[in-house]
Amino acid sequence: MNVQLDFLTVLEQWPLLITGVSWTLGLTAVSSFFGVLSGLGLAWVQTQDWPIPRGIIKVYVELIRNTPFIVQLFFIFFGLPQLGVHLSAEASSVLAMIINLSAYSTEIVRAGIDSTPAGQVQAAESLGLKPVQIFTHVILPPALFRVWPALVAQIIIVMLGSAVCGQISTEELSYSANLIQSRNFRAFESFIIAAAIYLFLSILIRALLNRLGKNLIFKGLAQNG
Amino acid sequence: MNSASISIKKTLTKIRAVALVIGLLQLAHFGYAQNALETIQKTKTIKIAIPTDFPPYGFVGLDLQPQGLDVEMAQFIAQKLGVKVELVPVSSPNRVPYLQTKKVDLVISTLGRTPEREKVIDFTHAYAPYYQAVFAPKTLTIKSFNDLAGKTISATRGSLEDTELTKLAPPTAQIKRFEDNSSTVAAFVAGQVQLVATGASVAASMIQKNPQLDAEFKLLIKDSPCFIGVAKGEDALRARVNEVISAANKAGELERLSKKWLSRSTGDLPE
Repeated sequence: MNVQLDFLTVLEQWPLLITGVSWTLGLTAVSSFFGVLSGLGLAWVQTQDWPIPRGIIKVYVELIRNTPFIVQLFFIFFGLPQLGVHLSAEASSVLAMIINLSAYSTEIVRAGIDSTPAGQVQAAESLGLKPVQIFTHVILPPALFRVWPALVAQIIIVMLGSAVCGQISTEELSYSANLIQSRNFRAFESFIIAAAIYLFLSILIRALLNRLGKNLIFKGLAQNG
Repeated sequence: MNSASISIKKTLTKIRAVALVIGLLQLAHFGYAQNALETIQKTKTIKIAIPTDFPPYGFVGLDLQPQGLDVEMAQFIAQKLGVKVELVPVSSPNRVPYLQTKKVDLVISTLGRTPEREKVIDFTHAYAPYYQAVFAPKTLTIKSFNDLAGKTISATRGSLEDTELTKLAPPTAQIKRFEDNSSTVAAFVAGQVQLVATGASVAASMIQKNPQLDAEFKLLIKDSPCFIGVAKGEDALRARVNEVISAANKAGELERLSKKWLSRSTGDLPE
């Protein structure tokens, strides 16, 4: 088989690719920050003795984890306007990603909290620490340390999932690749380049977050267990 | 008999057989190709392929009868030829094959004249406009492409509308590109964009189903009129249909059809 690859006609469109990468990274950064933060909060609520909020969070987590991301995205972009809520394509994308990541990170962090031995909590209580102090100083650090790889993996999944945001005209990387290939009919090359960029971004983000975890969040924790 | 004469005899038989086949083929060819118009006049019926899934050109009404511009055009031509019409519903991909295999005499099905199609079938004059355009609510004043500055417009990625509009619209116009016609229209209907760029048929059904939008035709992006397809070589039929179309054009009949179904003038129809 004689396949003629022409990467140049795709790379000529580099401004589009740069726009795409910027949007993909921007969406991922914002949604990771707020998604994980809200996940921490919701996971904390799950450890409390409040049946009604816990029930609501349980329903939310199950709803998001058992429906496709693209449906959630379409619901926000095409569905909400019927209720009078008009969000731009970009705002809809970031909101959908936050809601999605928040549900998954709630479950991931909750798993970490569950694995903290009850003895440690009782020890903290007998030392007279307040519940909030116990959560932020005794429960959360080792819990986050244990689930950090899972959390990083989920952030990568959300970044790759942002590829469908192009469906509502957010100009992320897949949108750029699609636009380029609909202009010059170089589908093979466009998507090879897009795949290579995604791969590079994933490796980069994973390395960055692992480093961030080791040097900032869990400083000293690794040695002490 | 020696072997040579047997061989000659065999060869002669073969030649005769081949000649017979060629003769039959020619007979079949004549019997078919030149006679479409005569057959129509003899049987008093004309078979015309029409769309049933392409409003407002051809669709099934509430009474389950096909209606639309193409359907009315088919009935009009049959009436002018003084014969009964037999409507044959076809889909977009099988329009041309139906004509090639002579399942129908004419195809009146929003057919555009393309060089690829001209290789396999013939075309009459154009009978109706088909076009890609920008649509928006009546309250929005859009007079020229420059008025699109700062506006959001949805279009289907890679479509003719998308590529042409990208060239015509000012750089500050935001073209929001979607995967298919239904998403492009849904974004407009949901109010996520101010204008929509799409084909005449898609826009017509959108306006029909969403009267609350109060949307109307704003700017023409590109014209690609509809022609009637005739099987290759059916010159007599083609000439006759062309006469009917030209007369209808002069009499304002085509203009009336276009106004009725597309709410737009035919403009200059090419021959």
